[in-house]
Parts: sequence; structure tokens; C-alpha cells
Amino acid sequence: MTAALALPARRPARTRTAVKGLAFAAPAILLLVAIYAVPMIVLTGFSVTDYRLGALDWHFIGLRNFADAASDPVFVRALVNTLVYAAIVIPAGVFLALGVALLVHGRRRSRAFWETAYFLPVTATLVAMATVWQFLLHPTLGPVNALITWLGFAPVSFLGNPALLIPTMALIGVWQVLGFNMVLFLAGLTAIPKDLHEAARIDGARHPIDRFLTVTWPMLGPTTMFVIVTTSISAFKVFETVAVLTKGRSGSETLLYSLYLEGFEYANTGYAAALTLIFLGIVLILSVGQTVRMERKVHY
Amino acid sequence: MRRFFPHAVLGLGAAIMLLPFYWMVLTSLRAPSEIFDISLWPIPKAFHGDANYHQAATSVPMARFMLNGVIVCAGILIVQVLTAVPAAYALAKLRFPGRRLLMMLVIGALCVPMQALALPLFVGLAKAGLLNTYFAQMVPFFLSVFAIFLFHQSFRSYPDEIIEAARMDGFTEMEICWRLVLRGSLPSLAAFAVFSVVAHWNDLYWPMIVVSDTALAPPPLGMLFFSDAETGANYGALMAGATLITAPMLVCFLLARRSFIAGITMTGVK
Repeated sequence: MTAALALPARRPARTRTAVKGLAFAAPAILLLVAIYAVPMIVLTGFSVTDYRLGALDWHFIGLRNFADAASDPVFVRALVNTLVYAAIVIPAGVFLALGVALLVHGRRRSRAFWETAYFLPVTATLVAMATVWQFLLHPTLGPVNALITWLGFAPVSFLGNPALLIPTMALIGVWQVLGFNMVLFLAGLTAIPKDLHEAARIDGARHPIDRFLTVTWPMLGPTTMFVIVTTSISAFKVFETVAVLTKGRSGSETLLYSLYLEGFEYANTGYAAALTLIFLGIVLILSVGQTVRMERKVHY
Repeated sequence: MRRFFPHAVLGLGAAIMLLPFYWMVLTSLRAPSEIFDISLWPIPKAFHGDANYHQAATSVPMARFMLNGVIVCAGILIVQVLTAVPAAYALAKLRFPGRRLLMMLVIGALCVPMQALALPLFVGLAKAGLLNTYFAQMVPFFLSVFAIFLFHQSFRSYPDEIIEAARMDGFTEMEICWRLVLRGSLPSLAAFAVFSVVAHWNDLYWPMIVVSDTALAPPPLGMLFFSDAETGANYGALMAGATLITAPMLVCFLLARRSFIAGITMTGVK
């Protein structure tokens, strides 16, 4: 076929691809509007009103919901609880996962086994497993306290002592997130070229710890960032353990749980919308850097 | 010693990770008199599993919960794939106006957790009188921006020459998308399927909001009803219920372990 013959057919072909492209993307675009765009606008609208679901009239009240949130002791407590939860889950969930990944990475034949063992909690139904943990941690009947007493310490009332509620839930959170992070670290470790370690060895990094600090740790930088971001976001979304273990009693409500109570149990729609925007703001701050990075990786 | 040490540490850690699963199954087989026996010996003195599982299955409609879970997860997955695959194909292989904008919106939407959209969606469904339906349980998840992103990344590497040749041979665009390009990305599809099913089988937040009717409850909500009703009286049956609800996802994961882990890896690092 000559160029002269091909030319006239070109323009309609391009239009046809454009039409096809739009047609193929149309269902997704419609859903994006219906599930993301419209609800986001409605949510923002709710947040500046005193709307209560089922009420006949509502008023524009400006930013009062946000001001109320800042002075609401329950919300402030929920925020602090969530921060404490995150402060335990993030470092423990990230560094334990890194440690496990480093150990698993060196295994050849047993690697699949360890991967599976550590990953299993990620796939487990947290509602069911929280019930199991409740039993395991029971002060008189559970095996964990049996071990603690056997070791000669006083039994710990993990879920009876209000001060221990959040740390206990954080331990369950670490248990669930560890395997996920381990897999991410394993992928990061696999991507490090083998000869870098050789080069470091020749350059005098004799001890494995030296090689870890000079090669592995810097090369894992982007992975570590990603793991920290995803762990923080999931920490801020803690809900199931609260719903099963405490239902927010003894001041153990978290951000998402108090949001659930306000919006869906008490029908304070306007106020809950303001809380949701605060929650979303926190999650976005955590994820924005990650997204920018991801966008750079995508080629259009 | 050097070779033994990592295994010892990993073994101890794995024991802690797996203890809840072991304890759950063990307790589900024990008689009430033996429940509070803290020994971890695997063989119960009296096998009581049949009674526990029978109670878990009959005192609440456990089979109904599981069926609800299957219906909801399958419905979500089917619509997600039907909408995400063409969109990802268009983004990866077709030039159309607004393509960059759509890609940016997809990536932006990845940052918005479902919980942030729950309130307006709930109000909308309540106004439409659609609470307590399967539709209400599924609709917020019909579009998976994660699926679009995952498939887009995977479709991009499909050779354009083959698509061109297929067009010459008279394949329709639909056939190219579903029968050629998607077939080249079956591992991504498998990974996403496990991802989606595990996430929605285990989700409690949204069902707790839109479902109050026991007959429509998915497994986690059913478990919540069940543990509230049992109020700690029968741990054996409670653990039997927990086992029944957790087992399908564990089996699902064990079967698709490789592609699931590959799917996670693809989302994160590189």
C-alpha cells in the first residue's frame, strides 16, 4: 500500500478510535461520577448544614460543624486514640515486617511456607479473628495469660483495663498488617541487584549488618516509604476491632468508629459529614505524596 | 548455628501469627467442659466438633450468611471486571479525548477510601428506599479504580502490532479487548479477583451501615450478630462459627497464593 492511498483513510480511523475509546470508558466514567464525584459534592454540602437524616428542614450553618468537632471531647478522644493506635501499629508493623522479610528472603526451600504462615492473617476475616483474640487474651481463661502467669507475672486484663484497650487493639492490628508489609518488603528486596552486595563486600563491608546499612536499607527506601504510607492509612481506618471488642466503651472509640456512630447510629448527618471530611483530609495528606509518585510511574 | 538461627526466629514468629487460627479450630472441636483448658494439645479429650458446628450452623442462619457473602462478592466482582477491563483497555490502547483527565481521576480516586463516601451514598440509598438490599451492599464497589489501574499497567505491555493485525483480520474492538488483551493478562485478573473477593467477604463497615435485616447479612455482620447472641456462653460454637466464616478466604488465598502476592507486589514497589 502506498502512502497516498493510506492517507484518506487515516482521519476517519482516528475518529473511530476516539469514539470507541469513549464508549469503552463510558461505564467507568458514569460510575466515577455517580460513586465518587456526586457523593463528594453532596458530602461537602452536608458538612455546612445541620441536616439530620429524616428531618424536614435544615439550615446552612457555615463551618460550625468543624468548630464543634474541635471542641467535642468524644471526637478529640477518638482522634487521640487513633493517633496512639497508629503510633504503635506503624513502627511495629513496618519494622517487624522488614525483619521477617530479611529472614525469609534468604530462605530458598522454605520461603513459600514462611510467606504463607505470615500472610494468613491478612486474608482472615477480622471480625471472626477479633473474637478469637478476645478469647486468647481473656484474663483468667485465655492461654496468653496462662503463659504470663506461668512466667511468674501477674495476669494482664487486656480488655478489662481501659488504658490497655487501644494498645491491645494495636497489637491485633500489627498481627493483621505484618504479612502484607512483609510481601512488599520481599518484593523490594528481590529488586535489589545481587552484585551490589558483592561490590559492598569487596569494598570492605564484611559484616551482614554493614552490608544492610550500606546497600539494602538505602535501596529499600522507596519500598519503606510505600509501606509506611499504606500502614498509616490502614491504621487510620481501624474499625472492626473496635466494633467487635469494645463498641467504643471506656473511651476507646477511634476516628472511623465515632464517625460511624454520629452518621449512622445517631443520624447527625451534617456533623458526621464534617467529621468525614476531617478523616478524608488526614488520609489524603498521608497518600498524596505516594500518588504523585505513582502518577510519574504511569505512562500515558 | 548460623543456619539454624533464622529458622528459629521465623518459627517463633510464625507460631504467634498462627496461634489464633490453631486455637480457633482447636476450641471449635472441644466440649464445653474442656473449653477453658489452656493446653494446646491438639487432640481434645472428647470430640465435640459435630455439636459445635451444628450449633453454629443452626442457631443463626450461617448458611444464609455464607450464601449472602457469595452473592455480594460475586456481584461486585462481575460488575468490577465488566466496567474496569474496557476502561483500562481504552486508557492503555485507544486515543480518545479526555484520556489524561480520566487517568488522573482514576489515580486521584485511589486515594479516597470507601468510608469517606459512605455517608452520601447511604443517604441516597435511604432516600431511594434501597437499604437492606443486595444492591445497596454492592453498589459502592461497582467501580474499582484499583482494577482499572492494575489492568492498565498490565494491558500497556500488550504488543500494538497484534492489535493492529487483529483489526485487519476483522476482529471487533470488543473481541480484541476481551479475547486477546485480557487473555494476555490472566494473572492480573486472578490476582484482582482474589483481592476483591477477600476484601468484600471480610468487609464489615458498609454492611453494618446498610443492612439491618439478618437474612441479608454477609458473614462478618452475621458473626457480629452471632457473637452478640451467644454472649460468651458457648465458646465452642462461637469458634466453630468463626472457622466457618474464615475458612473460605483462607482456602481461596492458599489456592491463588502466587497471583495474589504478585498482585500486591505490582501495586507497590518497583
